[in-house]
Amino acid sequence: MEKEKLEEIILKFMPDAEIATDKQFLTAEVKNDQIHALAKFLKNTKETLFDYLFCESAVDFGDHFMMVYHLDSTTYRHQVVIKTKITDRENPVVDSVCDIWMGAEYHEREIFDLFGIGFNNHPDLRKIFLDNDWVGFPLRKDYTDTVNIVER
Amino acid sequence: MKFDIYDLGSFTSSFDQLLMENFSPFWAVAIEMVIIGIAILAFYAVVGLYLVYAERKVCAFMQCRVGPNRVGPYGFFQTIADLIKLLMKELIPIKNADKLLFNIAPFIVIIASFMAIAAIPFAKGLHAIDFNIGIFYIMAVSSMGVVGILIAGWASNNKYSMIGAMRSGAQIVSYELSVGLSLVTIVVLAGSLQLSTIVEGQRDGWFLFTGHIPAVIAFLVFLVAATAETNRGPFDLAEAESELTAGFHTEYSGIKFAFFFLAEYMNMFIVASIAATIFLGGWMPFHVGGWEAFNNIMDYLPPVFWYIGKTAFVIFIMMWFKWTFPRLRIDQLLTLEWKYLLPINLVNILVMAFVVLMGWHF
Amino acid sequence: MAEEIIGGKLEEQEFSINMGPQHPSTHGVLRMMLKLKGETVMEVKPQLGYIHRGIEKMCEKITYQQSIHLTDRLDYLSAHILNEAVCLTVEDALGVEVPERVKYIRTIMGELNRIASHQLWWCAFGMDLGALTSFFYGLRDREKILDIFEKSCGARLLLSYNVPGGLMYDIQSDFQKDVKDFIQYFKKKLPEYDDLLTGNPIMQQRTKGVGLLTKAQAIDYGVTGPSGRGSGFSCDVRKHQPYSAYSKVNFKEILYTEGDSFARYRVRMDEMWESMSIIEQLIDNIPEGDFALKMKPVIKLPVGEYYTRVEAVRGEFGVYIVSDGNKNPLRMKFRSPNFSNLAVIDTMASGQKIADLIAIGGSMDYVIPDMDR
Repeated sequence: MEKEKLEEIILKFMPDAEIATDKQFLTAEVKNDQIHALAKFLKNTKETLFDYLFCESAVDFGDHFMMVYHLDSTTYRHQVVIKTKITDRENPVVDSVCDIWMGAEYHEREIFDLFGIGFNNHPDLRKIFLDNDWVGFPLRKDYTDTVNIVER
Repeated sequence: MKFDIYDLGSFTSSFDQLLMENFSPFWAVAIEMVIIGIAILAFYAVVGLYLVYAERKVCAFMQCRVGPNRVGPYGFFQTIADLIKLLMKELIPIKNADKLLFNIAPFIVIIASFMAIAAIPFAKGLHAIDFNIGIFYIMAVSSMGVVGILIAGWASNNKYSMIGAMRSGAQIVSYELSVGLSLVTIVVLAGSLQLSTIVEGQRDGWFLFTGHIPAVIAFLVFLVAATAETNRGPFDLAEAESELTAGFHTEYSGIKFAFFFLAEYMNMFIVASIAATIFLGGWMPFHVGGWEAFNNIMDYLPPVFWYIGKTAFVIFIMMWFKWTFPRLRIDQLLTLEWKYLLPINLVNILVMAFVVLMGWHF
Repeated sequence: MAEEIIGGKLEEQEFSINMGPQHPSTHGVLRMMLKLKGETVMEVKPQLGYIHRGIEKMCEKITYQQSIHLTDRLDYLSAHILNEAVCLTVEDALGVEVPERVKYIRTIMGELNRIASHQLWWCAFGMDLGALTSFFYGLRDREKILDIFEKSCGARLLLSYNVPGGLMYDIQSDFQKDVKDFIQYFKKKLPEYDDLLTGNPIMQQRTKGVGLLTKAQAIDYGVTGPSGRGSGFSCDVRKHQPYSAYSKVNFKEILYTEGDSFARYRVRMDEMWESMSIIEQLIDNIPEGDFALKMKPVIKLPVGEYYTRVEAVRGEFGVYIVSDGNKNPLRMKFRSPNFSNLAVIDTMASGQKIADLIAIGGSMDYVIPDMDR
């Protein structure tokens, strides 16, 4: 589907979404509490059918986190990126999308482990890579490890 | 047998007489027992080691490799070096293991195969004891080995070992039936349980050929079931190193592991010699009824040669199985036995009885 | 420990067992907590992280050229394709077009890498099923490919042959002859694989109908690569979003719809033929030209987000770079196929036997460093 048409559909469902386009993907940024609804909408709408979540990641911009979901449709072969900003660094929480795409389960566990972002309604939210007694979240920008990380 | 020189019966009986004349009967028997014990022990070690060597060479041949070739000519002393290594390795005591059972298990396994070897006729007059229920005896003692495996798995206090032992138990209980019934098929044909009589009965043709199709079926079933009974691939579920690390002998090290290892190869040797004795005529040369000249030529070869040759042939087939087949799953293994081999076997016995009754065999 | 993670809810006759991290068939340091009832697997809980090296964190501290050498260490069996993914992302972000020669060579090397990896998978799958002989057959032929790699770039496994803007060195003069010789050789040897394993009734019994994965599940979990295509999920990035020289060649996307271990097996076997046909189409037509663009010694990507999808051997590999204009990325995320493929093991293996769990793991072709990153 054309990016313009996709933009139209998203804006119709969620008028306050911020849409950006680069040469590769259409990006829609929504508020923290809307991401689950948008994801569900994009998967189940007949015109979009984004049934394949090929990447879920988080980015630490220093003052806020950005959750990034890369979606693909196996029917129409179009892609979209949806994002949400998390400003609360002390207790970052976002709704899990496990119930929409099962593949999100492990990705979210990884983000929970390395970024410390919690997920509501996640079926099995445990650390995945690090030990249970690990202190800190390594992929955060303010993570310090005087032993293993060499600052240059 | 045309050549009396190959008949070892006269030699053994004269030796027996010599001892009887010089000692009291008790001591004569005791000395005989010690001599036979030492002879079998030495034979056991040599055969075990060289079967390991043979297996490594055969599997190398199947896998486009060379195999052991560094220690001695053609790597001939490789397994001896391995044995020395195993002897010197530390025996690791396992915490929370049942010490007595843990230590006793390898001995049970190895004793079972020791006992079976006693009844096997290597040549005319060359066997330790000629029971009149020879086949029955061999089957009885060779199935004792599974007790050792079960004990080893239980006593190791390791879940992998436990699963391996349980698999082995289920497997051997099932396949013992097929081994037994396929041998009974030949017993029907031979009319005797005594191994020497069975071998003598094959003077004019091996039972595999004289027994028509039922004998061939029995032989094939025996090959499959015997491979399973010795816990060898593709039926090596008890070890299954890709699933259960090493199954029942995961926790064993050093010489105790070597016992299991040796017992596996000796069991293979034993079932191969049973196959050779029952189906392929044991130490009997290859005879074709009526071809006198041909039979005479065959008689020149000593019986031990025939016996070893046939056993080696069966062993090679079993190695061939192991190195070309993937492993079965436990339920498929039991399905194979209870749904296919056992009914085939039962029908086969009936057919064989009918053939014998009608005198259709050669 | 295992009981703790399984949840302490073992019923009667159930027990837990730790498979790994040191186990012959987890193909690395994967630990799986199993809940068993007799031989039947009730639940599988994979425990990752035994080889977690923090590669994503490391990439935030180093330049783009340096990070290529870390991608080798993810899926070490498809090192070339992973290198290529990073290079494509950087080139894409800078808006440069690499010479045609580079595209051709990258594609050829990538496909050689795919064949080499599938050969090793075939070896290991045979081992998992208990057929040890297959291991030696596969490694014998894989050696030939590694020799070609060694001749071109000096490395056999971790190639690092790609650099942003092209290749590290030009190919050797006898590269084409070597590759053609190999194709000739392997076309004779690949049927041997079928003779040894594919037609074996025990092997078919062990794999047919085992580890079923439906197409819907595959899409839902994001199971890609040969494992996904065995379930009928058309996910070949080479086909849907062609990169390098894939748009110039004719090839089939191998799809099987059964979704069992045997279908995944057949996908990989057919892919080897398909890869050979891709190489044959390209090998004679490598255009003359430069083997690399002249790039600045320090690459700074413009501010923005860049994502590249490539078809690695085990599935879709993605590189996600967020740049703030510095010489280091702000965030570099690798979407590794194995990580997603592992998530599905519980669904596939529950209710099967232990031996099947091993066969399923083998048919999914896990590479642990790629999961742990």
